[in-house]
Amino acid sequence: MDSIAALKELLYKIADDQLIIGHRNSEWTGLGPILEEDIAFSSMAQDKLGQSEHIYNLLNQLGEADADTVAFTRNAPQFHCSQLAELPIGGYDFSLIRHFLFDFAEYLRFEALKTSAYQPLAQVAKKFFGEIKYHTMHANTWVHQLGKGNEESNSKMQESLNYAWNYALGMFEPGPAEDVLIKENIFIGEKALQDQWLAVITPLLENSELTIPAKADWAPIYGGRTGTHTEYLQPLLSEMTEVYTIDPSADW
Amino acid sequence: MAEDNNNEIESLDPRISRASLTGGNHNDVDGLIHFQTFEVFHQSKRGTHHKHVGIVHAPNPDMALLYAKEQYARREKTANIWVAPSSSISSTEYEDDDIFSTTPEKLYRNPASYKVMDRIQAWKEREKKSTDET
Repeated sequence: MDSIAALKELLYKIADDQLIIGHRNSEWTGLGPILEEDIAFSSMAQDKLGQSEHIYNLLNQLGEADADTVAFTRNAPQFHCSQLAELPIGGYDFSLIRHFLFDFAEYLRFEALKTSAYQPLAQVAKKFFGEIKYHTMHANTWVHQLGKGNEESNSKMQESLNYAWNYALGMFEPGPAEDVLIKENIFIGEKALQDQWLAVITPLLENSELTIPAKADWAPIYGGRTGTHTEYLQPLLSEMTEVYTIDPSADW
Repeated sequence: MAEDNNNEIESLDPRISRASLTGGNHNDVDGLIHFQTFEVFHQSKRGTHHKHVGIVHAPNPDMALLYAKEQYARREKTANIWVAPSSSISSTEYEDDDIFSTTPEKLYRNPASYKVMDRIQAWKEREKKSTDET
């Protein structure tokens, strides 16, 4: 695989993750536990959509179709998002745990991409870093609050963590050309990212009195990066593309 | 949660509390019906004053800061944010607002009426002279 193809693969998985988790999290709009949280969570969902648009624009510069076409005309098997991103919102405990696991991975991914040899990507990474940093602060504050809240809040968070864990490990599914990305200094690779992520979230979760599942039970759920998705993705895409399907020239 | 007691407004928002509505449970923080409120102060640039911009509901200062960022700094240029529990704010009574109406014939209270510019000018010239000499 040449470095352009490897780069595109990297960009697609980043952008698709952001688009899909952004859409998922926007499902909480109007339903958040309190007004302030509703606004914060919706605002972060919008951040994710904005970030995905920038990454799709980079793909456009590399010869792929424009952002709207890419976002709204593909079916599930053509998406590269991790399965973690597409799972239904569940209860707020699950949405917060996913937010925590996903955003710390994204934070570290963008931290690494700030020094990417592919300059346009390095610039985008720097531009969005503040947004993503806030997302991790929001996630960690909530996880800490509920992990140490009371028995009920702790057990709900722990159950969600157990459920989300192997999906979260699936975020780091190795791409077809990790060696090329690493050799060309485009990206540090999924293995290194996963190690960094574990090193960061382990003490944070411990500090919130939550326990990472025992290593013997780790079984990363891969497949998302190559178009194998859960039954939940296609209905999400059908809803997301409803307006576009009726009128592709609709502007809003 | 909100019991139907004759359309009374229930709120922890101090502005509504100050409206002296009768009944309701405006301050039932202990009952966990509402979070407490925090007053939010926004600084647009380092070195400038923090300005009061409004309130957020939150269970603690950390979460109040998270919410203040999204409610009050999402669209403005921001350098820093403060939050303080609304309960820590003391205020004057509106019925005593006559204490602010002081008689105006006291020019000596107005710094603009001091004639100091000539003295400042003279001091500056002295300073300049002494640095020139060294």
